[in-house]
Amino acid sequence: MNKTLDMKQVVKNNGVLIVFFIICIGLSFLSPYFFTLNNILNIFRQTSIYGVIAVGMTFVILTGGIDLSVGSILALSGMICAGLMKNNGVNAFAASLIAILVGGGLGLVNGLLITLGKIAPFVVTLGMVTIARGLTLIYSKGYPVSGFSSSFREIGGGYFLGIPIPAIIFVITVVIAWYILNHTRLGRYTYAIGGNEETVTLSGINVKFYKTMVYVIVGIASGLSALILTSRLNSAEAIAGQGYELDVIAAVVIGGTSLSGGRGTIIGTLIGALLIGVINNGMNLLGISPYFQQVVKGCLIIGAVILDRLRDETN
Amino acid sequence: MEPILAMKGITKTFPGVIALSDVSFDLYKGELHALVGENGAGKSTLMKILSGLYKADSGDLILRGEKIVSTGLREMIGHRIGVIYQELNLIPYLSVAENIFIGREPLNRVNGIDWKKMRSMTKELLEPFNLDIDVTQKVCTLGAAYQQIIEIAKALSLKAEILVMDEPTAALTGNEVDKLFDIIAKLKNDGVSIIYISHRLEEVHHLADRITILRDGKHVVTKKRGEMSNDEMVRHMVGRVLEEQYPQYESTPGDPVLEVKNLTKKGICENLSFTARSGEILGFVGLVGAGRTEIMQTIYGYRKKEGGEIFMNGKKVEIRNCQDAVQKGIALIPEERKQQGLILGMSVFDNAALAVLDLYSRTGGILKRSKINAEVNKMIDSMDIKTPSVRQLVKNLSGGNQQKVVLAKWFIRHCDVYIFDEPTRGIDVGAKVEIFRLMQNLALRGAAVVMISSELPEVMNIADRIAVVFEGRIVKEFARGELNEEQVMEYSLGLHEKKHA
Ligand SMILES: Nc1ncnc2c1ncn2[C@@H]1O[C@H](COP(=O)(O)OP(=O)(O)OP(=O)(O)O)[C@@H](O)[C@H]1O
Ligand SMILES: [Mg+2]
Repeated sequence: MNKTLDMKQVVKNNGVLIVFFIICIGLSFLSPYFFTLNNILNIFRQTSIYGVIAVGMTFVILTGGIDLSVGSILALSGMICAGLMKNNGVNAFAASLIAILVGGGLGLVNGLLITLGKIAPFVVTLGMVTIARGLTLIYSKGYPVSGFSSSFREIGGGYFLGIPIPAIIFVITVVIAWYILNHTRLGRYTYAIGGNEETVTLSGINVKFYKTMVYVIVGIASGLSALILTSRLNSAEAIAGQGYELDVIAAVVIGGTSLSGGRGTIIGTLIGALLIGVINNGMNLLGISPYFQQVVKGCLIIGAVILDRLRDETN
Repeated sequence: MEPILAMKGITKTFPGVIALSDVSFDLYKGELHALVGENGAGKSTLMKILSGLYKADSGDLILRGEKIVSTGLREMIGHRIGVIYQELNLIPYLSVAENIFIGREPLNRVNGIDWKKMRSMTKELLEPFNLDIDVTQKVCTLGAAYQQIIEIAKALSLKAEILVMDEPTAALTGNEVDKLFDIIAKLKNDGVSIIYISHRLEEVHHLADRITILRDGKHVVTKKRGEMSNDEMVRHMVGRVLEEQYPQYESTPGDPVLEVKNLTKKGICENLSFTARSGEILGFVGLVGAGRTEIMQTIYGYRKKEGGEIFMNGKKVEIRNCQDAVQKGIALIPEERKQQGLILGMSVFDNAALAVLDLYSRTGGILKRSKINAEVNKMIDSMDIKTPSVRQLVKNLSGGNQQKVVLAKWFIRHCDVYIFDEPTRGIDVGAKVEIFRLMQNLALRGAAVVMISSELPEVMNIADRIAVVFEGRIVKEFARGELNEEQVMEYSLGLHEKKHA
């Protein structure tokens, strides 16, 4: 109603964004290098690897689900892509496409087990964590595959108009996801399913199909991320992507998406991912130990959820 | 005599809404004071302030002559105020007994829960209602009516001195309502003061010592029973004269649209057959537990049928799930709006649009935004849904307005058959007439309308044909006016069957 109340509301509704700006301003004072174009592009490039997956994960979490297997799916798609190029002479484009399909395929398996098999997402994807990782090890026999064509290395290392290609890929994924979430049936049903699955079922909507689709989406995103990582490292390793699910889920949650589903935005996820990126980057610039960085990240996740709770209570 | 409770000059606002402005209300010992008004008039909000759930922006609360400053939920329970909320608030996966005694479970010697005692206490509480349920049953397995009764029993077990009942009978049928009335009479005898909210005005006339009317968050009038005729009451509520309670229309029965033949589902129905024709409203009456809701859910594919055939427009159709049903042109408007009809955390717009997104999208599922906007806004306007904007979350609407959103969702989609399960539950008198008109318009448009209602007078006046369901079977079918209420009651109690046997 009155102005002061509105201000409070604004702070509460945009808590993470405000925290993000405060941290950015603070870091630019603490480290002169922080606020340079180079460093900002660098942050985007580093963020893109798990940021792309976080975009896909947003769909899953919006339905009230979870996918723990993104890191393993990344490893397997990356390894298959590398193997096809190195051992079978497949060209970079075809191999990349296959990597994305592998990611989507594994997502499809997850989705079908969850919807048709009626198994909890946590359990299915927990199983997939070791299945996909195991398959990666079988396929690679444990050895890394490295050294790719220059065209493939462009994906992770190249620039377009001075902007790192991974950053471009990340932003494009965000835009596409935003469009899907707001302007397509799939997007609106994703929210609706997370809000109340029974109501959606009774409205004559094929809940199983749409629920499966969100796991396909996060699988595709993991495959895409695998391309960026493999290309950037110029090497595919069986342990790639280990523990990524934590950063990915953290980015989504910090971005304000509710773990119980139904509420969240893709812009939130973008901010969440960037916030983690900025904090990693800033602490590296300031020479803070990686051990301490972990503690900070943990506090950030919990803090974000508290912010969210506050917002819930006032609305 | 001093009132036991006085609320003075209560004002309460929400963003964009003035829910209550300067409302005063009082209650004497042993009195039943009815609170009536249109959907969104502010009745529930006033009661939530009394229960300590909301804080008033301004105004005083005086209890037994003392001004109450701190009004948290716990404090108010401590003041012996019990509330049966309009929305059911039971925990689905706990048993009936656990739900009733949650937070005050009887303990045994080692401080564990004394299950035996809890069960027997629960049985005792439910005794007067004569239910055939097991107190260890999970609440989610029970229908809305039973859940409502459990809410009532829970509030009674608190032995409150002031008892608020916010639409306690909305989900009940004749029999249970009578039992509730008996209990109310007993409570009043014991000196309990009751605030009673209902959209069923006959109940209000029957029970109330005094009646207070709210409109748009303002106090309109308080009068003793008998000082106000029904017409006057309605006029105060809606602010104008209401032409008729049950609008008339010319039904034009045409070809059969939905034919159900020998529908069988264990525990629900056996060899059940009926036909719904275009241009006609077919009513279903019966007691709670007769299986009307479950029968419709089976037809709709929400439950798996075990036998029988369904024909649409003369062609046999296979309905394996709700999606099939909707694609074949059947809509089911469920009775439990919170669990099955709405997505509470989403906006009015998103809820209303949910069932038509597939109709208004291009290839690839890309939505035709402007088309959807136009349709949804038109419907929301025409249904007079009280909300500051279509972006408002449905959970912030009053109960009756939530129900209107569920109806709007299906009115937007053009179907051949509309199955309404308790469409007027929690709807005010004026809006009821509107809903009846909308249903009649559907029929006039050529749709087949099926309507389940536990309000006998309503079905008897609105439906063109009426089927009486008893224990999962249709025991009688008749045209409007052929039988009177008493005869229908006899059929729904199964008395005729017993005579034959
Ligand atoms: N938590 C809330 N946030 C925003 N608006 C609210 C909230 N609770 C109630 N309102 C608004 O306040 C008004 C009064 O609502 P209330 O629930 O008291 O109506 P009611 O008289 O009980 O109606 P009904 O007969 O439909 O139950 C409505 O316009 C409603 O939309
Ligand atoms: Mg109400």
